[in-house]
Amino acid sequence: MASLSDNINSSIDLIKKAKELQDLSKDQLIISLCSGTGCKAAGSDYLYDILKEEVKKNQPNIKKEIIIRRTGCHGFCEKGPLIIFYPQEICYLGATEEDIPLLVSETLKGNLIEKLLYKTDESKLVLKEFDIPFYKYQKRIILANNSKIDSKSIEDYILLGGYRALSKALTEMNPEDVLNEVKESGLRGRGGGGFPTGLKWEITRKAKGNPKYMIVNGDEGDPGAYMDRSILEGNPHSVLEGLIIGAYVIGVSKGFIYIRQEYPLAIENMGIAITNAQKHGFIGNNILNSGFDFNVEIYQGAGAFVCGEETALIRSIEGKRGMPRPRPPFPANKGIYGKPTCINNVETFANIPHIILNGSKWFNGIGTDSSKGTKVFALTGAVNNTGLVEVPMGISLRDIIYKIGGGIKGNKKFKAIQLGGPSGGCIPEKYLDVEVDYEKVKEVGAMMGSGGMIVLDEDICMVDMARFFMDFIQDESCGQCVPCKIGTRRMLEILERITRGKGEQDDINKLEKLAKVVKETSLCGLGKTAPNPVISTLRYFRDEYEEHILSQKSCERLHIKVKVKKV
Amino acid sequence: MRIADLPKYELQQEEMKEVDSIINHYKDKKGVLIPLLLEIQKKVGFLPIYVQKKVAKDLNIAQKEVYGVVTFYSYFSMIPKGKYNIRVCMGTACFVKGGKKIIEKIGKELKISPGQTTEDRKYSLQMNRCVGACGIAPVIIINEKVYKTVDPDKVIDIIYNLE
Repeated sequence: MASLSDNINSSIDLIKKAKELQDLSKDQLIISLCSGTGCKAAGSDYLYDILKEEVKKNQPNIKKEIIIRRTGCHGFCEKGPLIIFYPQEICYLGATEEDIPLLVSETLKGNLIEKLLYKTDESKLVLKEFDIPFYKYQKRIILANNSKIDSKSIEDYILLGGYRALSKALTEMNPEDVLNEVKESGLRGRGGGGFPTGLKWEITRKAKGNPKYMIVNGDEGDPGAYMDRSILEGNPHSVLEGLIIGAYVIGVSKGFIYIRQEYPLAIENMGIAITNAQKHGFIGNNILNSGFDFNVEIYQGAGAFVCGEETALIRSIEGKRGMPRPRPPFPANKGIYGKPTCINNVETFANIPHIILNGSKWFNGIGTDSSKGTKVFALTGAVNNTGLVEVPMGISLRDIIYKIGGGIKGNKKFKAIQLGGPSGGCIPEKYLDVEVDYEKVKEVGAMMGSGGMIVLDEDICMVDMARFFMDFIQDESCGQCVPCKIGTRRMLEILERITRGKGEQDDINKLEKLAKVVKETSLCGLGKTAPNPVISTLRYFRDEYEEHILSQKSCERLHIKVKVKKV
Repeated sequence: MRIADLPKYELQQEEMKEVDSIINHYKDKKGVLIPLLLEIQKKVGFLPIYVQKKVAKDLNIAQKEVYGVVTFYSYFSMIPKGKYNIRVCMGTACFVKGGKKIIEKIGKELKISPGQTTEDRKYSLQMNRCVGACGIAPVIIINEKVYKTVDPDKVIDIIYNLE
């Protein structure tokens, strides 16, 4: 690749570069190895070394150059590590060290290793990754390129059309055009709030004050959610490109990417992405000869759930305790150091390049009336296929669980699906046909949230589930306002005694009263939504609370085998 | 725990030099307290009071501000981590698949509670909020390595096989 010039000064340079890379790739065979966190834990780093050895052995017999590409998360973590041979797209699941020699030599000869292919329930073999039922019902836009891109390479991203949206925005459109495109697309914040992205950009654009800042919120603290992690790890340039476009619209010259320290690989890959983007001239002064300057740095979190709240995150960037402050003023008017600041979620930014390239009409053609585009969910818990799924808005929860997730593990009965983490709620069987849409999910007592989707089977005690979330919130409360600090503590104490079989007659009443007070009087979103897991379980599973209290039994004794399930 | 009750560990001279150079690197810049503390924590493993005092003095800020930040964020610790820092994920997916049992087992075996380090400084145990490996839950992380779908009944073997 050294022969290619690095610096890209115009849209023509970019097209040329992509063309050169495409020509080069025609003479290559690609073996892509998933190196996301899930597959890493399944030994993919070790497999890489063995794979390299085997490729070396086989190369002399093959005309084309064989390239091993280490990619980010493909989403099917359950069956990792994933190895895919291009151009045929042969997908092998769960290969071990012993499998590699045969897998490489036979596949290169044109044969298949059947035992490593996906088998359907009817024992049919599936060759291509995206024909596996888990993927078939998804609509992949944000995650589409995760399996095709070496997450540390900018060339791979450019080859697939990367930075073309930036080039289009900077050279063919003025900031107003870009803003209108985003507004018309109907894109809403993917962090869970669902605020229209275009509107947020417009407010910050109009806000008085200089300099202005832009932040990527990668403080994905929701337990049971890892969409942003996989995007940051697997396709960091897509987020970066979205960020630079946003900065162009608002007139920002300095951006921050806030990533939690629990995500070391995301920090590493994003760091490499920034350096590469600088080298190629997508970040820095006079980007693509447009006169627009922009710089960005990564800011590492230090472990605090509440920092996902925008005002807390801003305080954290200022080097302080991450405690939220009342809004208004909103960050759009008063953010970092009191200057206008636009803050959006990782997935929101990753949508931007697609919207600019394909147009707002294309984007708002996907989804429901009020919710457009796709949403990435982390489907986990008691389903057969766990992993990352990207679905069009409007798909039913039932389809996600049964068609994509392959139903409930071990032929157990479905009990509930938890959406939105500690701020969300549990949805029971009778509402499984509800469409995934910001408003409709809210109507049934949950929330879209950032994308955690945990399936619960009959073995799970719902009171214990509520206790788990309350324990989380109570621990993560920043402690500055009384309703959240003391209220959640009292609620936790009640839930603890109910699950221990020591519940008192009046406990449900007390919980309901406390829930109301905490919800109405807390200062920030964390406190305001903290009672939701209790409210929603009381709404649908009140009998479990009553049973606990009446029988004076603990979870273990009340259900046959609850609380902790053997894996 | 009261500050006076914290176990006393002295940093080596070498380590104090590292602390110095980290502080010097960040000094005079805006909003650097957290990155600076993260780096010290990574380098020497913990942030005892005398290091906090030094940071406050060198950055010319109040000591309470440093202490406030150290105690607010869960990554910072005022006691050293063990040679093997065991973090048990307690995110929702790990919880419903047995995370609680795992942490209880390890705690019982090593005779420490989450947040503590064994006396020989070999093991420390931490409860971790979601590490985002939900597809392969339940997980534990020892130093930087992630162990997937951990069986609560076999977790002790993992720990004793570390060496």
